Amino acid sequence: MQNPYLPYPVRIDQIITETEDKNLKTFKFVFLNPQDEAKYAYKAGQFGELSIPGKGEIPIGIASSPVEKGFVMFTVNKAGLVTNHLHNMKVGDVMGIRGPLGNWYPWEKLEGKNILIVGGGFAFTTLRSSIVYMLDPANRSKFGTIDVVYGARSPGMLLYKQELIEWEKRDDINMHITVDRTDDPDWKYNVGFVPPITEQKAPQGDENTYAIVCGPPIMIKFTQPVLEKLGYAHDHIIMSLENRMKCGFGMCGRCNIGKEFVCKDGPVFTLDQINMTPREY
Amino acid sequence: MSAYTDKIKKIAGRLLQECRVDMIIGFRKGSLPMMNEPCFIKNPADVDKLVWDSNCGINLANYVTDRKEKIGIIAKGCDSRNLVTHIIENKIKREQLYIIGIPCQGMIDRRKIAAQFQQEIETVGEQGDKITIAGGGASQTLTKADVIQENCAVCIHRNPVIYDELAAELVEEQKDVDRYAEVRQVEAMTPAQKWQFFEELLAPCVRCYACRNACPLCFCPTCFVDESRPQWVGKTLDPIDTRTFHFLRAYHCAGRCTDCGACQRACPVNINMRAFTKKLEKDAFELYGWEAGLSLDVRPPLDTFKPNDPEDFIK
Amino acid sequence: MKVLKIDKKDWAGGIQKAHKAYRLYGPVQVKDKGFSEFQALGPDAMPDMTATDTRLSPKSIAFPPQEVMMVFTTDENSELCNQMQVPQKDYAPRAIIGIRPYDAAAFLLVKKNFDTPEYRDPYWCDAYEACTFIGLAVNTPSALDFSTSTKSGPFDENGLDVLLVDTGNHYLAKILTDKGAAFAKSAAWETEAGAAGEKQIAELKASAEKQIRATVAFDNIQRQSIMSLYEADFWEEVAFACINCGTCTYVCPTCWCFDIQDETHAKCGKRMKTWDSCMYPLFTIHTTGHNPRGTKVQRVRQRFMHKLKYFLDKYEDGIMCVGCGRCIRSCPVNIDIRKVCDIMNSYSAGADTCALKK
Repeated sequence: MQNPYLPYPVRIDQIITETEDKNLKTFKFVFLNPQDEAKYAYKAGQFGELSIPGKGEIPIGIASSPVEKGFVMFTVNKAGLVTNHLHNMKVGDVMGIRGPLGNWYPWEKLEGKNILIVGGGFAFTTLRSSIVYMLDPANRSKFGTIDVVYGARSPGMLLYKQELIEWEKRDDINMHITVDRTDDPDWKYNVGFVPPITEQKAPQGDENTYAIVCGPPIMIKFTQPVLEKLGYAHDHIIMSLENRMKCGFGMCGRCNIGKEFVCKDGPVFTLDQINMTPREY
Repeated sequence: MSAYTDKIKKIAGRLLQECRVDMIIGFRKGSLPMMNEPCFIKNPADVDKLVWDSNCGINLANYVTDRKEKIGIIAKGCDSRNLVTHIIENKIKREQLYIIGIPCQGMIDRRKIAAQFQQEIETVGEQGDKITIAGGGASQTLTKADVIQENCAVCIHRNPVIYDELAAELVEEQKDVDRYAEVRQVEAMTPAQKWQFFEELLAPCVRCYACRNACPLCFCPTCFVDESRPQWVGKTLDPIDTRTFHFLRAYHCAGRCTDCGACQRACPVNINMRAFTKKLEKDAFELYGWEAGLSLDVRPPLDTFKPNDPEDFIK
Repeated sequence: MKVLKIDKKDWAGGIQKAHKAYRLYGPVQVKDKGFSEFQALGPDAMPDMTATDTRLSPKSIAFPPQEVMMVFTTDENSELCNQMQVPQKDYAPRAIIGIRPYDAAAFLLVKKNFDTPEYRDPYWCDAYEACTFIGLAVNTPSALDFSTSTKSGPFDENGLDVLLVDTGNHYLAKILTDKGAAFAKSAAWETEAGAAGEKQIAELKASAEKQIRATVAFDNIQRQSIMSLYEADFWEEVAFACINCGTCTYVCPTCWCFDIQDETHAKCGKRMKTWDSCMYPLFTIHTTGHNPRGTKVQRVRQRFMHKLKYFLDKYEDGIMCVGCGRCIRSCPVNIDIRKVCDIMNSYSAGADTCALKK
């Protein structure tokens, strides 16, 4: 068994500034040793540890999709020590990534089902991974309807804008993009917070429909009752949790909620599971 | 000592019954010999749990920090001085406290006693100035003065300096004690000897911060050793980081430390960090005539400025 | 399994011989401190077999307070700039002489965390696997010893390769594993004690276990739901005296939580694994400042719930405690895990409710 603490060396291949406040950047990494890419086989919903020698590590959801080859991609909010340093790095710089870590959205169970994706702010990363995965020609037929409610504070704060526009044009995915507010007269999408837009636009919940929810705590808090009202059972609401982590595979002891480790037994849990654990996240 | 306990129970019961306070903070009997546990009592029916003896060394001022309730608190000399400091430093309001003053007769040092007894100690009794220990079929009687905490041996403020009611008659303060003999020993060393002394002193430190957490003065929301942006101090056992922690913490307590001994009591590896704080206590006394926690009306030397200060740098 | 008899006159000679094949660790009195610690023994040093429990547990033999996991350079002129390298480590055979049976049993509990089907912590596992555990039975348990309640005990053989029993002039050595037999061979322990030896061990074991007065029970904890115990009303009282110093977690043989920290000097750096503690607010704080266990009560609850409930439920193999009593002895404010276990075990309100049903 390999040393799980040892990062794969990667080179920064591309840096994209995603948002108007420049606090969110997407980093595309290429493995220095090409054989490492195969070892990094992941599923949508998993995360990795970005590792900067001398600064530390930070767990971030994988934003690229298993169907995209040749690179892995992470979108990173500038917040703490490691991410501030990362934001100052340049294309060509070498650092490390560990993973893939944690579980994933339950794709095995989701096959043949309708999918509602609800995302807010910069938590859209693993949701992007999921959408790209489901829209892949090899996979699209495995799923029923796909609805996406995605909100940000303003149009300039939306991630992956080009892709959002392309998805808008397709007829095999129903996009419900929204912003909290905007003074752009040409804005042709929704205005309003994610929970009410979800209430207006999302399909009714039933045995064959699952909701995947990822966003800031305040969004989750107000989206949950909306989903309940729409008829989503707690075992049909799938969420991804965050906690402070170090090792990322259930050994260092800090990210537990009850007996589950968010890093290893999660980060993906159904609301049903979360209800059975202390809310220590 | 049982007279103290009876009186404490009586006062505590009355205060709770009359709703003068929301809770009493005191001690209950511990599960080990020579240990009592800080506790709170909210129900008058529970006051019988309260105890007082020579094993109440923990400084209870530590337990009122930022509390919102009205609190009746048991306070020996050093606790009362730390309550004064807490009030001056806005960690609790005087009106929130009903201070039950305990004239203190010194706290025993359980490690000193354990070191003098071969067997595992099962029971410890006290009768006036005699301490009787027993265990493993053997017993031994010690003189309390020989086994009290080092800080208690040189204490000159055994009586509470501030109280609303006393649980016993005031005791006579110790006179002619040499408070700074140990400090002078270190002061007399050459720099090389001092270096070695402090190096050896801190070598066993495991950086658990028990000293800091036991200290009623260490209430910073984020201690400098815990700050991560920027990270001032490394987290490993690097001796430089360990020294940085102890030196800075000691200086942070300058002019505030009451020599209650909480830090030394709490240390799991028996480090005498009073070697630092005692020196600063001595300096505060000799340079400013200052002893911490004696008055609510005087600001401590390190948060006052006088235009006639003789030092140039401050002008 | 074979029982050997070692005359105490030959003890030092045997240890000297074993020194040739093993790096030896044993209890050593710490100068002027009145307690002992497990340390690597120099060529002429002998383990102090009269020492009672060491102040810190021997867990540091496989889980040192700080350990270099990887090294790196940030020098851009280097081909290996910013690439982590695992340094060479010495995992030559080591023997732990005089470890108490419950402390060895603790290694088995910690192993559940560091050696899992999916991941293996190579630092802990490699060090652990290099060890041969030569335990010393506890003939006179301390008043704080409650190891018989935790599936361990003063003569527990789980986790040991050899169990030594002090009979006065002799040690009896019960060889429990092949590793133990190899050690006995290297120490030239050869004289068989036969059935009389086994009988004597059984008698001393019965006598030691009879002396243990402290007990805990967790049968009812097992039956209750996590949420019921988590939401119980006693935690504020349990936690009141705690000063969150972390001493309990540092002295505990089963506490394994750790931190990962980078240290750099100029352009050379190391990534370190260091002890951490659930008692510290920094353990769980998010970058945003939000802290899921931001209060003392939450942290104290985490410690006891982890040891006495989460672990119990997760592995269904007892509690995460071997009953050594170190945390009770070292706690500066007398928080007693036996008392807390008792409070948890006798709690009954809402025994089978969960958050959903409320």
